[in-house]
Amino acid sequence: MSLLEIKNLHVSVDKHEILKGINLRVNAGEVHSIMGPNGSGKSTLAQALARRETYTVTKGEVSYNGKDLLAMKPEEAACDGIFMAFQYPVEIPGISNAYFLRSALNSTRKHRGLDEIDAMDFLPMFREKLKLLDMDEKLMNRSVNEGFSGGEKKRNEILQMAVLEPKLAILDETDSGLDIDALRIVAQGVDAMRNPERAILVVTHYQRLLNYIVPDFVHVLVDGRIVRSGGPELALELEEKGYGAMEAEAGHANPA
Amino acid sequence: MITATQQLECYLESFSEFEKLAAGHALPWLRKLRQDAFARFCEVGFPTTHDEDWRFTNVSAIAQTAFRLTRNRRVRLSQQELEPNRFTGVACQLVFVNARFARELSSLGNLPEGVKVSSLAEEISSNPGAIEPHLGRYLDIRRDAFCALNTAFVEDGAYVHIPRGTLVEEPIYLLFVSTGDDAPSMSHPRNLIVAEENSQATFVEDYVSLDGGEVFCNTVTELVAGDHTVVSHYMIEREHKQAFNISTLRIQQGRSTNVVSHSVLLGGALVRNNVHPLLAGEGGECLINGLFIGNGRQHLDNYMLVEHASPRCGSRQFYNGILDGHAHGVFHGRIIVHKDAQKTDAKQTNRNLLLSDDAQIDTKPQLEIYADDVKCTHGATIGQIEGDALFYLRSRGIDEVSARKLLLFAFASECLDRMEQGRVRKHVEGLINRCLFQMANSAPGASTGNRREDTGRHWEEIG
Repeated sequence: MSLLEIKNLHVSVDKHEILKGINLRVNAGEVHSIMGPNGSGKSTLAQALARRETYTVTKGEVSYNGKDLLAMKPEEAACDGIFMAFQYPVEIPGISNAYFLRSALNSTRKHRGLDEIDAMDFLPMFREKLKLLDMDEKLMNRSVNEGFSGGEKKRNEILQMAVLEPKLAILDETDSGLDIDALRIVAQGVDAMRNPERAILVVTHYQRLLNYIVPDFVHVLVDGRIVRSGGPELALELEEKGYGAMEAEAGHANPA
Repeated sequence: MITATQQLECYLESFSEFEKLAAGHALPWLRKLRQDAFARFCEVGFPTTHDEDWRFTNVSAIAQTAFRLTRNRRVRLSQQELEPNRFTGVACQLVFVNARFARELSSLGNLPEGVKVSSLAEEISSNPGAIEPHLGRYLDIRRDAFCALNTAFVEDGAYVHIPRGTLVEEPIYLLFVSTGDDAPSMSHPRNLIVAEENSQATFVEDYVSLDGGEVFCNTVTELVAGDHTVVSHYMIEREHKQAFNISTLRIQQGRSTNVVSHSVLLGGALVRNNVHPLLAGEGGECLINGLFIGNGRQHLDNYMLVEHASPRCGSRQFYNGILDGHAHGVFHGRIIVHKDAQKTDAKQTNRNLLLSDDAQIDTKPQLEIYADDVKCTHGATIGQIEGDALFYLRSRGIDEVSARKLLLFAFASECLDRMEQGRVRKHVEGLINRCLFQMANSAPGASTGNRREDTGRHWEEIG
């Protein structure tokens, strides 16, 4: 059984159909990359899987770990092991980063029938993860993402992922706006979390990130549909030729 | 409901009886103070919404009720009854029941030498010479009918005198308890706080009610902050949801003073919170910080009047409001910069969260600047719980109700963070948390439905 199985998924935002029939199977241990031009629906797919309510599923099925994902609320999906790293992490003034992370961790632990972790036990584990992402401990006492630089925000997302240890991680354009050093740290952080129980879905516009997180499969999304799938070499081909050729091909194959 | 004539008759009756028996009734200056104030009240009556300062607040519910003075009704309260409302761990606590000092419930603790904390009524009887130079000197009864009414019935409340150079580390805690009766009752607590030059102290006024009933508490505090003083004042309103509470804090700031006023409005049916600092000495600073949280049909009105009368003074106003149900909040932020108050730096910010479609906020900045070298800014925002933030928290496994709670606490903590760390802040934090907890839990549409949640309706104004 696949960890994630998407069948004919159609998703609308504000009554605008964005995803027009996605089919995708992801097994535990695999890394898949979803690539595509702007507006192709990459982020919509990520948001829909994270169960954002403003993204309306109009057709199709998604099974996750044998369960109907589309019946889950965002918090249920999260507690069940789905994690999405946001393209634009949200600033939340007044809640400290450390408190937020601990609340999130304890919510997921509670869901799994585990004891809550108190602040004292949390700290050592936390320090270790901070080191992994080369993050300053001072950021932990600041409000969530408030006043963070772009790179700090993205690192903070991966830090959350490292703490929450998801089964399915979805990275929504985690590379956008990162300089090469920040990109390397973030990507290495993610790569270190690859393991046979975890699947990772890397949503990206550019191939750059995939130098560090080498995917097992690459899917090209154009106009709400996956138009091609292949191995990591597909990403290189895209980098070379751009999306133009594939868009033209897709346009030809699926006259709108 | 009563007519205007009946209303005045009712107050006249109360006043003529009061005037004959009240503490200090034989003192000519006090007699005149009371009579003049009562005459002023009779002349203007209660304000209406035609009055610019009362545009958003209709006090007809107060005007049309025949409140009686509770002065003669001695209420005996036991320590146990009071206990849940106490603020623990503070040595100096004065308790006032329907504005009357309750000695048996109060304790003075260990105050530094020379510090006087007592009942105003006792002080008027035993030491009127200390009261006369200050009482009613800072308050303008012509400005406000409620101030006139309070002054007409001035008798008891707290009297605090801090001699020069004295540091009072423990907060001085004043608990005002209103207890209901079969008949509507009113009380007019009056506090006089004189902090002499170079002294430092913290005061807490905490308003609670023990039972239901129609109560009207109309309080005035005159706070004199001498040169170089550091003073913190807290006003906490947590009476029951039928209570009327009008309060005025009038602060007279001397040279290089540092005054902080925190208001936390959680209870009451109709609440009006007037804060009026006058920066009379050069280089004074004041921070006016507040949080109001309303639910049901509560009406919470905050009227700020920050008056800069001397050069090089700074004032900061920060008020946050959280409104749910049919609650109505008002923030009226007035700043007056007098002609000589050059180099004034005044800032005002009012932020509001509306949690339901029927909650309402009126926010009004009003700047009157007569000097030409000043910096004044004001801004206000009205928003809902942000959908983005809510989803962010939920996407990390935090359930919706908890996520809402977290966001509400975060919004409220902006105000808490401006309070000095310590017991008072802890106390206030506990009260706020309890209030928000109930709010988040009782939210009917906690899942979807009629909750407001988007980012589309923000406005900001900087001038």
